[in-house]
Amino acid sequence: MSNRKIFSPTSVENAEPMATGNLVARRTFLGRSVVSLGAVALGTLSQQRWACAASAQVDPLHQMPRAKRVIFLCMAGGPSHLETLDYKPKLAELNGQPMPASFTQGQPIAQLQGQNLKCLGPQHPFGRFGQSGQQICQVFRHIAGIADELCIVRSLRTEQINHDPAHTFMNTGSAISGRPSMGAWIVYGLGRMTDDLPGFVVLTSSGGGQDQPIAARQWHSGFLPSQYQGVQFQSVGSPVLYSSRPRGVDESDQRTVVDAVTSLNQLYGQEHHDAEVATRIAQYEMAFRMQASVPGLMDFSDEPQSILDMYGTRGGDGSFAGNCLLARRLAERGVRFIQLYHRGWDHHGGVKQGVEVAAGHVDRASAALVQDLKQRGMLDDTLVIWTGEFGRTPMAQGNGRDHHIKGFSMWMAGGGVRAGTSYGATDDLGYNAVENVFHVHDLHATMLHLLGIDHERLTFPFQGREYRLTDVAGKVVHDILA
Amino acid sequence: MKAVHLFCFVAVSIGCSFTSSSRGAAPDASPIDFARDVRPILSKHCFACHGPDRNGQDTELRLDVRDSALEHAIQPNSAESSELMQRITADDAELRMPPATSKIPPLNDQQIDVLRRWIDGGAAYTTHWAYRPIQKPNPPVVDDVAWARNPIDAFVRAENALRQVEQAAPADAHVLARRISLDLLGLPPDRQTVDDYIRQPSDATYEQLVDSLLASPHFGERMAVLWLDLVRFADTCGYHGDQHRELDVYRDYVIDSFNHNRPFDQFTIQQLAGDLLPDASTETQIASGYNRLLQTTEEGGAQPKEYRAIYDADRVRNVSTVWLGTTLGCAQCHDHKFDPFTTRDFYRMAAVFADVGEVEVGRQVENLELPTDEQRQEMARLNDAIAIAKQATVGDSPSEAAQQRLKELEGELGKLRATIRKTLVTQAVPRRTTRILPRGNWLDESGEVVDAAIPAVFQPVTGEQIECNSRLDFARWLVSDGNPLTPRVFVNHLWRVMFGTGLVTTAEDFGAQGSYPTHPMLLDWLAGEFRDSGWNVKHLLKLIAMSRVYQQSSDIDALSLQHDPFNRWLNRQHRYRLEAEFVRDNALAVSGLLKPEIGGASVKPYQPDGYWAQLNFPKRTYRADDGDRQYRRGLYTYWCRTFLHPSLVAFDAPSREECTARRTRSNTPLQALVLLNDPSYVEAARALTDLVLGDPPTQNGEDDHARIKWAFERVLFRAATPPELEVVQRVLNEQRARYRSSPGDARSLLRVGQQPDFKGDDLAAAEAAAWMSAMRVMLNLHETITRS
Repeated sequence: MSNRKIFSPTSVENAEPMATGNLVARRTFLGRSVVSLGAVALGTLSQQRWACAASAQVDPLHQMPRAKRVIFLCMAGGPSHLETLDYKPKLAELNGQPMPASFTQGQPIAQLQGQNLKCLGPQHPFGRFGQSGQQICQVFRHIAGIADELCIVRSLRTEQINHDPAHTFMNTGSAISGRPSMGAWIVYGLGRMTDDLPGFVVLTSSGGGQDQPIAARQWHSGFLPSQYQGVQFQSVGSPVLYSSRPRGVDESDQRTVVDAVTSLNQLYGQEHHDAEVATRIAQYEMAFRMQASVPGLMDFSDEPQSILDMYGTRGGDGSFAGNCLLARRLAERGVRFIQLYHRGWDHHGGVKQGVEVAAGHVDRASAALVQDLKQRGMLDDTLVIWTGEFGRTPMAQGNGRDHHIKGFSMWMAGGGVRAGTSYGATDDLGYNAVENVFHVHDLHATMLHLLGIDHERLTFPFQGREYRLTDVAGKVVHDILA
Repeated sequence: MKAVHLFCFVAVSIGCSFTSSSRGAAPDASPIDFARDVRPILSKHCFACHGPDRNGQDTELRLDVRDSALEHAIQPNSAESSELMQRITADDAELRMPPATSKIPPLNDQQIDVLRRWIDGGAAYTTHWAYRPIQKPNPPVVDDVAWARNPIDAFVRAENALRQVEQAAPADAHVLARRISLDLLGLPPDRQTVDDYIRQPSDATYEQLVDSLLASPHFGERMAVLWLDLVRFADTCGYHGDQHRELDVYRDYVIDSFNHNRPFDQFTIQQLAGDLLPDASTETQIASGYNRLLQTTEEGGAQPKEYRAIYDADRVRNVSTVWLGTTLGCAQCHDHKFDPFTTRDFYRMAAVFADVGEVEVGRQVENLELPTDEQRQEMARLNDAIAIAKQATVGDSPSEAAQQRLKELEGELGKLRATIRKTLVTQAVPRRTTRILPRGNWLDESGEVVDAAIPAVFQPVTGEQIECNSRLDFARWLVSDGNPLTPRVFVNHLWRVMFGTGLVTTAEDFGAQGSYPTHPMLLDWLAGEFRDSGWNVKHLLKLIAMSRVYQQSSDIDALSLQHDPFNRWLNRQHRYRLEAEFVRDNALAVSGLLKPEIGGASVKPYQPDGYWAQLNFPKRTYRADDGDRQYRRGLYTYWCRTFLHPSLVAFDAPSREECTARRTRSNTPLQALVLLNDPSYVEAARALTDLVLGDPPTQNGEDDHARIKWAFERVLFRAATPPELEVVQRVLNEQRARYRSSPGDARSLLRVGQQPDFKGDDLAAAEAAAWMSAMRVMLNLHETITRS
């Protein structure tokens, strides 16, 4: 059944809902609500059609899901794996020495193009933590404190060496603009779990280094229908764009307007047998509910002091810690894919201090989020991912490090990954991933697998072929599954 | 590698019939058409391994080439003894094609039946429909001669007559006036323009209306929305810091070209090679800004060689989608899997643009200044004055005053130059070397060096080959008789302007994986007519506008819905939501706020605070425009690629990072939030309130019903029904009471946007605020943002 749905020839038509008489082509992510709006009474035919509207493309799932939702903590700018998760004593020995040419010959290099390449040893000490004895940089003492929850991958690889395309690649599996982001794919595949909030929410914060820009394409739905697009919460004003009412309009005034719009739309729909109207009515209802639910979501007064202390925030302050707490609240309310960007990791110079400052912003809260999810019983079905768009060179750029794509690190927690383990390795100098190479496409494939989706079967027709998040690559890394 | 030669396909006519009852032929006796029925199946299920791309395939069999198919898998006239049939119907999973490991879906019974009948009938191959030369067919003779006014009607009627489906009644005059106005101008009808037609609807008055709309300067604006999506026009460079750059002069060239009905062949040549024309002018140079519209980067650490490869590929993707409706981008790393294009074709097309001057990494500096006459005179004056002042500073001890004077004059000149409009245009540089990049890898320099060329499949099989030594040659080939794609692709876009969807649904892909035209003969007739008419865009649009098909009602009855839910066969008009820009244009127009000035610098409508917070290098603060610039049409909105205006995004406007051949048309809660809360729409409700209450005075009477009726006429261009009057009356009653009790809220509401404080007393403020709520209702209606 799921197969047919995905490959159905009519899905091409679904790509372009063209005429509003086009009932079949319409898919609303409000499937259930729309059906319950029986009062719209557009005639039995259209009601039958609505009953077919599904919120999830993959139904039933391709396999048993281990996770229901994902919280993706994106350390934007590219944290140095050599000062976070990948300890290289050999690099310390070679500190200040020329980088052996065998490593760098013919490799893409960013800002260090044409320069003398010298090794820069790890700038912070590492330690072994937890019963699992995982090696983690001592600067990250809170993350080190949850070592036994973590699955650390030290063999990540990407294909793009500059920030903007590297983010695009991490999010869409392609460096070409205009492809759907992973959050959009996931909401498209799995549908939403809430009617009050978007299925895919993006939060941003900064501190610790120069703020690399992040384009809205990172959470765009690309060629998927735009209801799957990520909604970026704003750090100033109302968090959801256009969710604050005009001045002088209270909730009941807004209700009056929405009710009248609905009544007139119903009259129009009846007169013209236009079923698109039913969707419009449902969307106004959802908009109204969203507007009503956002203030509660953003009201942190119900969080006990112990929780605020654990994260290190008062909540709603636009900091990474505040965003972590908000992420947990969004997860509780049924948001499927929550992505946090912390822009502070681009340490071309002063990597020693830079990592310390950035860690000061994210260490405590990242760990708190995992622990908080765990104590609420939510970690089992929430996949938390912590990584950058790439890593940084073992070679010095002054006292910093340049962009690096051939080997970098991440950690994951919860959601069906094996806790307290490490996977993959780079060479002695932390340059090339050499053991169990873990490509970004593999990350996507594995993430979808944990959500119950076969990455090769979640497709959408575009430019003459069935596109997927993993393009034509990607393999599920079974070794890290619990 | 030898180029795949399209015209090597054995072209056997099998009596093309475009009249089968569904898209894929039904399992009945209707004849099989290879192009329509068979190729889509082979393409979707087989070409990935047995198609044009030979890389990494361990099979000799190619199903896109008849000789190979016959050698290995097909025995003509005998499906049962053809291995192809045995394999697609095999019970043994080991033998069955496509193999399960490919995850390509198996063929269904109907598809298998089509292939069986095709092989039994001789397994004829024909050239893919889109690559055949255009031969303008004769319109069919149809059952209802009186109804079929022009050839478009005949082609459409013939299909529905076969299905025994009636055409819909003509649309009501009000509906048609609003439709044609929205389609051709992107604006609601202007009373004066439509008045004659509305008072006396007839073919003659309708034709006059169409003519006057096509002559309107807003026509060019509407068409520009289509074109700017295709060529990915924006005000920022796109990658990383997404910095500003000047190109709005190019946007105005596009508007002007459509307004002056520049023949589409010239329009094409000027954009690709306006700088190379023997009679190049400032205008054609501006047009050549097309080559500079792609995304570029200023990111530190970006490698020039990598971005050279990125820009080359970007240009190939764009030109091949816009003019050829071809996904040539697929051939960057490997030969195309479905269409007859090789990697070599890809890089040879990239080489066409090898003389476009630009930096790979860094700011693209505007290279054409366009001073007004006044500015030119002022520059000359300042230059003269500077020359004189300089003389005064020559010598052993120039006075401080003289030096000061020179400094001031130079300062003035600098300021003047900053105000001069400038733009990015193409300046040819010595041609760069273009190599085939193996697997698209820019680090690999082992690939063959290639010259510019058109794709090999379009070369004549015999006789002289088509030369392509420059962008100009290439542009001329695009609009030559040898290329059947450009006219087909562009008339399909024109059809979309008038029906919301193309005769080929996949407007971006006319290849094997694209959709087959619903009316292939009509498409060819239009393409032929377009070329014969001298690439006359207004002529084509008028032909469509004058057809009965266009003028039909868009109302849907249960029977039509059942027979043709997607309205493929056009027994009625389509009905769909307005495009993002026009949603706002419509609100501004009906509320009287719209400032109809054409062209100029991009504008900044109200935008939520902090929306640009993620931008950096440099950080930017969005400042909404003051005064009239706030009320310009949506197409002039500052197009920031990485953070496009969120109310445009909500209504599916594309970021224009890549070519958009058709926008999606979604229906989301964010759209509701925009219409309810975006100050642009709230302010439009305020302005509409002023109109409805007679400030400035209007003749809409004093009583509520008369005013509500006036508002319906104004916003929806139709009369209100009694139940509708009642709904709005209820809003008024409720809101009157509410704002009378809190006049402060009423005044807050009325002060939206740039509106001045409300001057009247509290009672008047409450009255105005109540009406404003009612007008917000009007501007939020589904019908208001729908073209029917």
